[in-house]
Amino acid sequence: MTGLRRTPQSLWVMLTVAALAGVMSLVSEPFASADNIFNVSRNFAFIGLIALGQTAVIATGGIDLSVGSVMGLAGIVTGLVLGSGQPLALAAAAGLGCALLCGLVNGALVGYLRLSPFVVTLGMLSIARSLALVVSNNRMIHDLGPDEDLVLALGGGRLLGVANPVWLLMIAALGAAAWFRYSRLARYVLAVGGNEVSTRLAGVPVARVKLTVYALSSLLAGVSAILMIGWLGAVTNALGQGYELRVIASAVIGGANLMGGEGGAFGAVAGAALIELIRNSLLLLGVDPYWQGAFVGGSIIVAMLVERVRRAGQTAG
Amino acid sequence: MLELRSVGMRFGAVEALVDIDLELGASEVVGLMGDNGAGKSTLLKIVAGNFAPTSGVVLWDGVEADLTPLSARELGIEAVYQDLALCDNLSATANVFLGRELRRRLFGVLPVLDHAAMRRKSAELFAELGSDTRADDLVRQMSGGQRQAVAIARARLSSPRLVLLDEPTAAISVRQIAEVLELIRGLKEQGVGILLISHRMSDVFAVADRIVVLRRGRKVANKLTADSSPEEVTALITGAIEAA
Repeated sequence: MTGLRRTPQSLWVMLTVAALAGVMSLVSEPFASADNIFNVSRNFAFIGLIALGQTAVIATGGIDLSVGSVMGLAGIVTGLVLGSGQPLALAAAAGLGCALLCGLVNGALVGYLRLSPFVVTLGMLSIARSLALVVSNNRMIHDLGPDEDLVLALGGGRLLGVANPVWLLMIAALGAAAWFRYSRLARYVLAVGGNEVSTRLAGVPVARVKLTVYALSSLLAGVSAILMIGWLGAVTNALGQGYELRVIASAVIGGANLMGGEGGAFGAVAGAALIELIRNSLLLLGVDPYWQGAFVGGSIIVAMLVERVRRAGQTAG
Repeated sequence: MLELRSVGMRFGAVEALVDIDLELGASEVVGLMGDNGAGKSTLLKIVAGNFAPTSGVVLWDGVEADLTPLSARELGIEAVYQDLALCDNLSATANVFLGRELRRRLFGVLPVLDHAAMRRKSAELFAELGSDTRADDLVRQMSGGQRQAVAIARARLSSPRLVLLDEPTAAISVRQIAEVLELIRGLKEQGVGILLISHRMSDVFAVADRIVVLRRGRKVANKLTADSSPEEVTALITGAIEAA
């Protein structure tokens, strides 16, 4: 059908989400409440949005560890520009510009200088977080200026009972799904992840493909940060801290192969939904929240093990 | 069509190729044989434009050609490499069209991949090549012979005039080897010239019109297949016979 016949991992994850939600609504009264569903869906929207970009990066055989810190930097810059009395459009442009710049640096180093994605984005994780501290002087930003109401409505508001970030995620996921199916660039993304040398021999501009996916990943982190400001009503330097793990887990659970060459839009969203659902369930079941990191981290490893077993089964068959 | 005149290639102190003359015409299959390190792959890479020779000239249709991978392809020279250079995770069609995707315009503006047209064309190519490869199959699931068919279909896509094959029958089963030899005959019938590197004597004798033997970077034989024998070629490769 397409260039890549996708195994229906996203479908399995969606079924798991549905099954878990079903069980939870039976054992926990507050789970199925409108408020809880609203919160869960909104929380995973922030992650899901970034996971779409991360999926493209992972599909090239790379990884972007810097998304959480880029979120922090984009959020701080947006908040500072808002606080200085500028309109939202300008503040968002500044925040997204910073995010894009981080992504372009990542992509240029990985694509053109062929440095290891792990090392480059680990460096950027530290750099972007540090820059956020520098420009904010480690202050929390409460004053969002004259456009504060607009910012709060954008990220914190709802339309027809569904949180705005969730709407945006749905639109972005459909767009990303179409992109994976119909764009030449997405075909190149999967090709680079499948066999980089042969893709280069075929005349594909591999470096430019990589530059683009890292830029996209950072840009989506920036978008997510701006929405998150509206939800939180303030910006702290901790914005996005540790999110890289949840984002990568979402992408991997959704079927993005860390070896490259596989990944899809719906998988990323389904993976993000599953992780948020597990977090929420643990909370409602009274499990100490300190355990959450163990579950998110464990789920990445389990997803990789499942992939390994599945692959072994295919080869043997 | 292709002509090499006293081509030499030197890597530092190592002389990989010395004073090679070679001609290859349309519909002609030339088997290039030699032991490991004899310079076969180096010669192929010069023709594919990956290496510029350090001496001598390459002529294409009688005109001196300054070959790069891109210009070689534009002239109609397509290389199929030993490792096949395919993307395992993509379908046969996606591999055939990699880097040359067909697109259509959605709503007259937005360029999108034209899956249907690409699938149709690749199915056509496989039929032409007499291969049972299915356009939608993932390369990962294919046999060695089918992979060869994908690689050759990819080379065929641009209607090349010369196809360079590097060990196309290495590491595949006997039945698949027969398939690949059939693919080579198919290309020849369509007027394509073929430079075939192979270790397998029987394959070269099965399809080649002419055999060129290299030993330590020098051409030691250039004979019509009909006038030679596997024993003679083996002796030439090992040096038991100096030259023929």
